[in-house]
Amino acid sequence: MYFSSFAELVAMEGHGPYVWTCYAIALTVILFNLISPILKRRHFFTVQGRILRRERQQKQQQQL
Amino acid sequence: MAKSWKMPKWFYQLGSPRWFYDISGRLLPWFSVAAGVLLIAGAVWGLAFAPADYQQGNSFRIIYIHVPSAVLAQSCYMLMAVAGAINLIWKMKVADMIATCCAPIGISLAILALATGAIWGKPTWGAWWVWDARLTSMLILLFLFIGVYALHSAIEDEVTAGKAAAVLSLVGLVNIPIIKYSVEWWNTLHQASTFKVTEKPTMPPEMYLPLILMVVGFYCFFAVTLMMRTRAEVLRREKRAGWVRELVEAN
Repeated sequence: MYFSSFAELVAMEGHGPYVWTCYAIALTVILFNLISPILKRRHFFTVQGRILRRERQQKQQQQL
Repeated sequence: MAKSWKMPKWFYQLGSPRWFYDISGRLLPWFSVAAGVLLIAGAVWGLAFAPADYQQGNSFRIIYIHVPSAVLAQSCYMLMAVAGAINLIWKMKVADMIATCCAPIGISLAILALATGAIWGKPTWGAWWVWDARLTSMLILLFLFIGVYALHSAIEDEVTAGKAAAVLSLVGLVNIPIIKYSVEWWNTLHQASTFKVTEKPTMPPEMYLPLILMVVGFYCFFAVTLMMRTRAEVLRREKRAGWVRELVEAN
């Protein structure tokens, strides 16, 4: 490792706040790009599943 | 008589949303693993093992995020414009969906590139922001992404929205060479490219190897997020198709 201790790695000779903020923003952007399509997909299946069930119920009621 | 030109078969297959859904589902795990491994390895190497820059000190470690996100934001824009053009010429649904999904990803990547650049600028240049040619053209790229996204959302009819967004993204393509050559055409504060495909890098290998890992990792990550988003878009637009209804029933 380039740094001799973990504390030095965190401090980065005074540049720590800048460097770690950048990596935190990067992580946020990556997580946003992963979670947002997962939520979209889940939302689609919830809504469409509900519509499908309703259609089926209506068909059953018509048959009765 | 001129021989009639036929595009290869895979090109037409690309036009089928179901084919795209199936093939992307098979590719997703591979790209996810590659992205995860490359990004973690590159970040750990860049943060803890690469030596500090003799001029910039440890703040140089920001380039492992800044350079890949900036390069990828431009690639994302080019993909969005090319997919838009394919949609305009061949009216291919999948191309339109890909172009639509590129915009929000591009916005987040351009914000990441600009934010990391600003945070790097403070300790290095002494300013968060300067109206330099490279920085300004990159800011315009962000506005173009936002413009394409907003235009697409503002038009209710999906086909018209796709066409309008495609035309805007094609017009905005002029900004890409401006970003690339801004550091050569104008006397800018932003440094020139760290490495080029045709030349030897100006950095030692222990500094540029993690950067290469991060760039490739970011591209794999982009493939993952674009496929995930486009798959959700395929489902939404094809909700009346039989195969999507079967999927809904299975879920």
